[in-house]
Amino acid sequence: MSILVNENTRVVVQGITGREGQVRTRLMQGYGPKVVAGVTPGRGGEEVLGVPVFDTVQDAAQQVGAIDASVVFVPARAALSAANEAMDAGVKLVVIVPDRVPLHDVLKMAKHARQTGASFLGPNTLGCLSPGKGVLGMMGGSPEAARKFFRPGRVGVSSRSGGITSSIAYYLNKADIGASTIVHVGGDSIVGLPHPAVLKLFEADPETDLVVMFGEIGTTQEERVAEMMKRGEFTKPLVAYIGGKQAEEGTRFSHAGAIVEGGRGGYQSKVDALRDAGAVIVDNFEDLPSVTAQVLAKLER
Amino acid sequence: MARLLEHKAKEVLAGSGIRVPDGFTASTPSEAATAAERLGGEAAVKAQAFVTGRAGKGLIKFAASPAEAAEAASELLGQTAGGFPVELVLVERKLPIARELFAACLVSDEIAAPIAMLASRGGSGVESMAARGEAVLTKRPFDPEDGLEEPVAREMASDCGLPGELHGAAAQVLQRLSRVFLEKDARSLEINPLAVLDDGSLVAADCHFSVDDYAVSRHPELGIEIAREIGHPATPLEKIAAAYEETDHRGTFYFLELSATGGRLVGFHGAGGGGSMMSMDALVRHGFAAKNFCDTSGNPSAAKVYRACKHILAQEGIVGYFASGSGVASQEQFHSARGMVKAFREWPLCVPAVIRLGGNKEEVAIDILQRFLADLPVPVEAYGKDDSAAFCAERLDALVKEHAPVASYPCTPTARNEPAQEEYRFAIRTGSISFDHAICARCATKPCIAACHAEILEPADGKPRLKEPAEESAHRCTECLACELACYEAKMRSIRIDLPIPGFDEYLAERGAR
Repeated sequence: MSILVNENTRVVVQGITGREGQVRTRLMQGYGPKVVAGVTPGRGGEEVLGVPVFDTVQDAAQQVGAIDASVVFVPARAALSAANEAMDAGVKLVVIVPDRVPLHDVLKMAKHARQTGASFLGPNTLGCLSPGKGVLGMMGGSPEAARKFFRPGRVGVSSRSGGITSSIAYYLNKADIGASTIVHVGGDSIVGLPHPAVLKLFEADPETDLVVMFGEIGTTQEERVAEMMKRGEFTKPLVAYIGGKQAEEGTRFSHAGAIVEGGRGGYQSKVDALRDAGAVIVDNFEDLPSVTAQVLAKLER
Repeated sequence: MARLLEHKAKEVLAGSGIRVPDGFTASTPSEAATAAERLGGEAAVKAQAFVTGRAGKGLIKFAASPAEAAEAASELLGQTAGGFPVELVLVERKLPIARELFAACLVSDEIAAPIAMLASRGGSGVESMAARGEAVLTKRPFDPEDGLEEPVAREMASDCGLPGELHGAAAQVLQRLSRVFLEKDARSLEINPLAVLDDGSLVAADCHFSVDDYAVSRHPELGIEIAREIGHPATPLEKIAAAYEETDHRGTFYFLELSATGGRLVGFHGAGGGGSMMSMDALVRHGFAAKNFCDTSGNPSAAKVYRACKHILAQEGIVGYFASGSGVASQEQFHSARGMVKAFREWPLCVPAVIRLGGNKEEVAIDILQRFLADLPVPVEAYGKDDSAAFCAERLDALVKEHAPVASYPCTPTARNEPAQEEYRFAIRTGSISFDHAICARCATKPCIAACHAEILEPADGKPRLKEPAEESAHRCTECLACELACYEAKMRSIRIDLPIPGFDEYLAERGAR
């Protein structure tokens, strides 16, 4: 098993005719899973990279059968309507790749997800990847790179920074540690599947023994993970690194989610809460693989 | 800035029917005196600044007469508050306040929904007062499309134990506040204090209003100059960068100048938020300070990276250039490499550089940097995913110790410098490409055609031309810059790609930089 994506996931790509849509469709086709349809309004009836294109997700679902996940490569301003369209067509997982989706659009998306029983990953996400099985989004970039960077294994990765997500998995790989699923939750302050939701999925996944988490200043995600651990809702070992130690309050460094406001979401409060709940906190990013290896070794004994 | 000053925030509140004190803005002492006179002589004079707790910082003064108001304004104007100069004061009618409340809307990341808050007391530290049992603070989520419903707003007023007429008035303010919050794409919106006057009416005595950066362009009426959260007034370079970014939505380009000083300042070029922050930490550990923060990520075009490089290079006093992101990027790294080559040869680069472009297609990226920059009088070292940010910072440290910055020197840019004898030119998304077909006629290999990622060129009469239909081909150009670099490498230099940055050259001329 794995979470969110495996070799059998049936995927639709929204925005398949665009530059990013095409490049990443090639990635998914080359690495897995199966891209069964593409959607671009007004381009229905065409074919891109051998994938039939439809005007709407509804059309696609009617023509090609069940769709498990949609990956959205549309401009940020169109992300809300694209996501709602997918959820209305019965798609239960929507991956929102674009950056700069307005906050209130994400709130509306979250409401729609609650109403339709769907989940969304992102916005501002690279997506997720289960090594050797499949990828949703753009993680790895190309099939060759993804095959080289990631290997299957029993460590789950959950991260708020895209580049760091791949980095963690790659450096683990170099230390002979494989991953079950690698998830970029997205860099924004409100995301559909934040760390606590991803860790809940990893808790239920029999093929994940341990989770490595990259947290960041801002939001309450890491504090909520600590609470979950204290309540016994997440019981697997957690190795975490928290970024943003040097950031000044009130200044935003790139990720919209990474801002300390009114003293909440600061570096120390996250580190303290997680440590208190029993997580292993790594101070130097470079130490993540060796510390993970030590915790894994203890598990095996 | 995606925050509104008090006077602007109150203007927006007033538009929704929430009462605010009578008042006028003033940018000079005499305007302040006139404003006080119109208010009957007595007034509060409030510095317009992005700081909280202004009263305690002496940024709010009370005047008994127009002359005193002028004096207060002259003391406040020109002060620096929270990193910003005070350029405006708000002269307001003094309020007969009987009691203070607190009302706010913000977004809860825990439930991914907006929430409204009401407290039985106002002032600073409402949350801690509530924690100590000295005030009631009540919170309710509301619908992101419909706003706070009346029964819920009334429940909140009841929670706070508000009596009779105040109960309904507070509920109404909360409902109106929730609608302003939604209409204006606010990130947080706080009325503190929400003043209860002697006559029982409610007035927003102060207001903090911040707007979602990503929605600022939906709200020209708010007059926000730069949609970024920065702790200082936007610098000219930041404004130029932000204005450019608004026009080019492929990938992310984010640039801000930091306040660091000293002799070890580095031009910093990150990719990806998390990796950039970690790379800056690595710089700091080696005794450097970043002169700026810059992020080009989300698969930006080479043209966008080129422009980012020019912003970084244009800063004064840097001793090194450090590019480092997460290390294992999904974006094709050769785009960044080509952007850097064009910028470094054109400016030219005068300080040692360490460039870490790890991840997808890093071998190509490293090869490009090494091939095209080896002849510069300053060293440029290129690394990939197996070299940590810490190692790269160490390399920069070693290079900076060996190589002081050099004066500007003659350097052959990758682009053709001379006017074309037989020009073939077309517009691309953010600039233009010009060929000198007189040179192309002498070129045996036409490497530009093979290099073009979008495959939009073809040979015609021994010269590269756009495939027909030409306009559509030009539109498909991804601005990868590969043609210009290939032409340069073939020693032809027929191609010139112009990628203007509005306001950039004017800024340099004004500064006397070039």
